Amino acid sequence: MPRTAPGPARTLTYLTLLAVAFFSALPLYYSVVVASRDNAALAEVPPPLIPGGNLFANVSRVFDTVPFALALLNSVLVAGTIAVSVMFFSTMAGFAFAKLRFRGGRFLLLLTVATMMVPAQLGIIPLYMLMVKLEWTGSMYALVVPALINAFGVFFMTQYLSRALPTELLEAGRVDGCTTWGLFWHVVLPAARPAAAVLGMLTFMSAWNDYFWPLVALTPENPTVQVALSTLAAGYVSDYALSLAGTALGTLPLVFVFALLGKQVIGGIMQGAVKG
Amino acid sequence: MATRASTAVTPSRRPQLPPPRDRARLRVLAHRLDMKASPYAYVAPYLLLFCAFGLFPLLYTAWVSLHDWTLLSDTHTFVGLGNFQALLGDEYFWNAAFNTLSIGVLSTVPQLALAIWLAHLLNRPLRAQTIFRVTLLLPNVTSVVAVVVIFSQLFGRDFGLVNWVLSWSGAQPVDWNAGTASSHVAISVMIMWRWTGYNALIFLAAMQAVPRELYEAATIDGASGFTQLRRITIPMIRPTVVFVVITSTIGAMQVLAEPLLFGVYSLTGGPDRQYQTLSLFIYENFTKLDFGYASAISWMMFLFIVVAAAVNYLLTRRARGSLT
Repeated sequence: MPRTAPGPARTLTYLTLLAVAFFSALPLYYSVVVASRDNAALAEVPPPLIPGGNLFANVSRVFDTVPFALALLNSVLVAGTIAVSVMFFSTMAGFAFAKLRFRGGRFLLLLTVATMMVPAQLGIIPLYMLMVKLEWTGSMYALVVPALINAFGVFFMTQYLSRALPTELLEAGRVDGCTTWGLFWHVVLPAARPAAAVLGMLTFMSAWNDYFWPLVALTPENPTVQVALSTLAAGYVSDYALSLAGTALGTLPLVFVFALLGKQVIGGIMQGAVKG
Repeated sequence: MATRASTAVTPSRRPQLPPPRDRARLRVLAHRLDMKASPYAYVAPYLLLFCAFGLFPLLYTAWVSLHDWTLLSDTHTFVGLGNFQALLGDEYFWNAAFNTLSIGVLSTVPQLALAIWLAHLLNRPLRAQTIFRVTLLLPNVTSVVAVVVIFSQLFGRDFGLVNWVLSWSGAQPVDWNAGTASSHVAISVMIMWRWTGYNALIFLAAMQAVPRELYEAATIDGASGFTQLRRITIPMIRPTVVFVVITSTIGAMQVLAEPLLFGVYSLTGGPDRQYQTLSLFIYENFTKLDFGYASAISWMMFLFIVVAAAVNYLLTRRARGSLT
């Protein structure tokens, strides 16, 4: 860590960081301002800078315009299922890659890392065709099943377990007559818990915010939050108050949860970040 | 005779339970099976899903791209590289490629510079570290749909906050959506807002592993903060810089939601295609059910990504020479 900066430089550092924090929060704040006014008030110069009193009216209009309650339920179920599944299966695969020796293991791990680099769009078209064949389009299966596990999760847990899980502990378990499954259940899972929790949160957030694939695979009648929001934004061009009320409604819960758990998420990113 | 004798003897020797030696052998066998097979069992769920929903679609795209393939017809004529040939003569394709590159450069270069600088500032002993870090990541937690809806309002021509602030300096209102350059700037700002903090945290994580003594020595030598950043920090975290540059390049080549929603759901990226990116071009052809053509664009995009990533890798690697 560099030395502590002398007085003026330190003040400048704080001012810069405060400015960044301000600009990080400003758009979110402004969306609440717009969401709480009526559309006519937005055609003013200067633009309004403090919230008005129309938030609840706009929010209830959101529920009238799109099936938003269903969208919220869908998003919670989809993101929740994906998060739990990714946590569990990534820990399993990560355990095998990090601590067990098997033929082809290194190759499979390399393949995992390589596919993290391939753009998701490349597979969207055949994936869609596959979903048509399975008759899953328009249903949540199309979102959940392909996302039950992902390369990033496997890589993340492999990294974590190879560092955080002492091999001696596993050997001791073996000497005591533990099977591999016993080791996984009694030693690996408890040791993986901190990283798995972070992975779960990250996965939940990205599944909640996923946009392109749900847009392709779902219908407006049975949307997730993001698809419902884009319907709002697409159909009611000039109705900013409405679309931003929806946006605030679909965003603020996640922002709130993040504000509570952000410290752990950031700790996870800082740990899982690729360090040379 | 010997064999008969042994078969005659065995039954009388064998009690109800297998003898301890056999049980031990069984256990050894089970143990060996466990050691040999269970690793595969642990990676099996991942591998199965990965093959079905990751690898298969990837390879199948290549196959589809060689056909005249639509959902409307059951016959798919093999056309070889015909789709790719048509693509190279398609001015919309080159327009999309240019837009992708332009938005990519406009959003990535300032973003990474800013991210490194922010990480450098945060790498000092500061009060309220956690709060600053959490606010940095806040934009990244916000969904892309929300970001674009909010920023479209901010970048409104008549009543947007950005034009209002610009008007303080006497500037004429800018129609952000209409022009090529202005729309690219607006979209780049959205991308920057969402990703700068995330990248700053990745840089910060790497910076914290740099040995402290280096900075102490540099301070004694009287090196300024900026010199320390340029001469110590960046060379020390080069692998991370390469990693972030590559992932940002890949992300920039795939930009889709920003232009789609900024154009209020226009698949062409504005009336003049002024901000139609490659991803959006794929999506446009996908909705026309022209799957063969869309697949061909996908593979071209992948090719661009590989080239862009390779160029960036070489450039970042070369920067090493001038820095150390």
